[in-house]
Amino acid sequence: MRSLVKPGILFLTPAMLVLGMFFFAPIFAAFMLSLTDFDIYALADSNNARWVGWENYHQLLTEPRFWRALTNTFYFVGIGGPLTVILSLSTALLVSSRLTRFKSVWRTIFFAPVVTTLVAVAIVWRYLYHTRYGTLNYALAWFGIGPIDWLGDSHWAMFAIILLAVWKNFGYNMVIFVAGLQSIPDELFDAARIDGANAWHTLVNIKLPLLAPTFFFVGVTTMIGYFQLFAEPYVMTQGGPLFSTYSVVMFMYEEGFRWWRVGFASAIAFVLFAIILAATAVQVRLQRGTRA
Amino acid sequence: MKARLQTWLIHATLLVAAAITMYPLAWMVTASLMPSGEAQSFPPRFWPSRITYSHYSDLFERLNMARYFGNSLLIASAVTLLSVFINSMAGYALAKLRFAGRDRLFRLLLAGLVIPAQVAMMPLFLLMKQLGLINTYWSVILPSAASIFGIFLIRQYALTIPDALLDAARVDGASEWRIYRSVVLPLLRPILVTLGVFTFMTTWNDFMWPLVALIDGDLRTLPVALAILSGEHVQDTELMMAGSVVTLLPVLLLFLLVQRYYVAGIIAGSVKE
Repeated sequence: MRSLVKPGILFLTPAMLVLGMFFFAPIFAAFMLSLTDFDIYALADSNNARWVGWENYHQLLTEPRFWRALTNTFYFVGIGGPLTVILSLSTALLVSSRLTRFKSVWRTIFFAPVVTTLVAVAIVWRYLYHTRYGTLNYALAWFGIGPIDWLGDSHWAMFAIILLAVWKNFGYNMVIFVAGLQSIPDELFDAARIDGANAWHTLVNIKLPLLAPTFFFVGVTTMIGYFQLFAEPYVMTQGGPLFSTYSVVMFMYEEGFRWWRVGFASAIAFVLFAIILAATAVQVRLQRGTRA
Repeated sequence: MKARLQTWLIHATLLVAAAITMYPLAWMVTASLMPSGEAQSFPPRFWPSRITYSHYSDLFERLNMARYFGNSLLIASAVTLLSVFINSMAGYALAKLRFAGRDRLFRLLLAGLVIPAQVAMMPLFLLMKQLGLINTYWSVILPSAASIFGIFLIRQYALTIPDALLDAARVDGASEWRIYRSVVLPLLRPILVTLGVFTFMTTWNDFMWPLVALIDGDLRTLPVALAILSGEHVQDTELMMAGSVVTLLPVLLLFLLVQRYYVAGIIAGSVKE
């Protein structure tokens, strides 16, 4: 069968239809929606939606809950991101050390939380965080640290969510770091050993500099993922106490899918997108800076 | 001597870290087997005083868990089959078939990787509502039937297929479809398995979109059902632990079985072109 259309285009068509219809077109539509007052009445009859220009964005900037959600999300990304990457790198270094035995066993254990269902482990952690019956406070009591109301105290709740996220995600980056470490040629280490370099020197002068591209990748993907914080607070705290774990995506979810303020929620989604783009650009800049 | 001390230190650290990592999962399993109320005692218990499976039978007999399990299994399997098929065609085309604008298209797709899925969610809901698909399995299956990440993964792998092999098949008069099916697919097999495992797990664990799109109780996936259940049964710790075990055991077992492929996928996805 000879066809007039190039086979390459035919092979791509199903994927382009799916992505176009269910991803790219909706993104374009989301931007349009964010410029309208599309709400529950428009849901019944779209003629009820009016063009409002940048009104939703203006309103967003004067909405205290948005600033609260934004601050919380930045706190989660700013503390949780670096903690995750540091733990990933540390375990990767330990697991791939020359002296370590049973490497694949350790790797499997550290990776297990990654494949678990977030909702399920968030529920498990909710009980581990219990002020009175939870294992965490019981263990901390050994060190004389008094009972902490992890999820009920607005000072601790976000940090508790960060700990869960770090536990859940560090294994993912660890695997990438391990692959990065394996790609460093052995001759470099041999040469360093001959020169009398100790483990610390090898780490600072060989491993870390050569891992720079891995750092960049891990940093960007972790950050993008963490900006989309939703299921953890949804399951563990519903955004509370006192809005201390209320995230941007949660704000979007409530506005959009609970109150059906679709136009406003689309504006929230776009602001989040812009923030992610800007933060990625900063990381690209930093990466170039270290290379120069 | 010094090396021995170092070895000892490394293994001690790893052992402590591994114990902490595994503890929540281990406790989840043991608590799910405790008689009601025992998981809420002081000091916290790890081992049940006696083993009971009553929470599991509760879940399946009273709380409709078999239905949710079936929903998750159906959706995750359908998405996996569809997306492996569709992504493999697209990835192969982008790697090996020539046509105008191909590389520009690939760059556009890559740029799409930084767009968070939530941006598309509002219009996607309106679209699905318009199509009458909200509250059907299709509302969750269709949007995941192709993915940029999947296309990228396949394309990178397909680049290694020698052109000579494809040209030889063409000289023999094989159609492009035939070449794809009989030459390309068998060569892509390792990466297809990787993508399949990856897709199955992601779909199984997915939360936000199924929460929005499947409003009807009978269609809920496991994570959504579990989240709603946990709001209604906060006090039933042991029951909730059993629910968590049922939800994540399938993916955990699948991971243990096909670990190698899964990890290979992550590494392949992290290598820059």
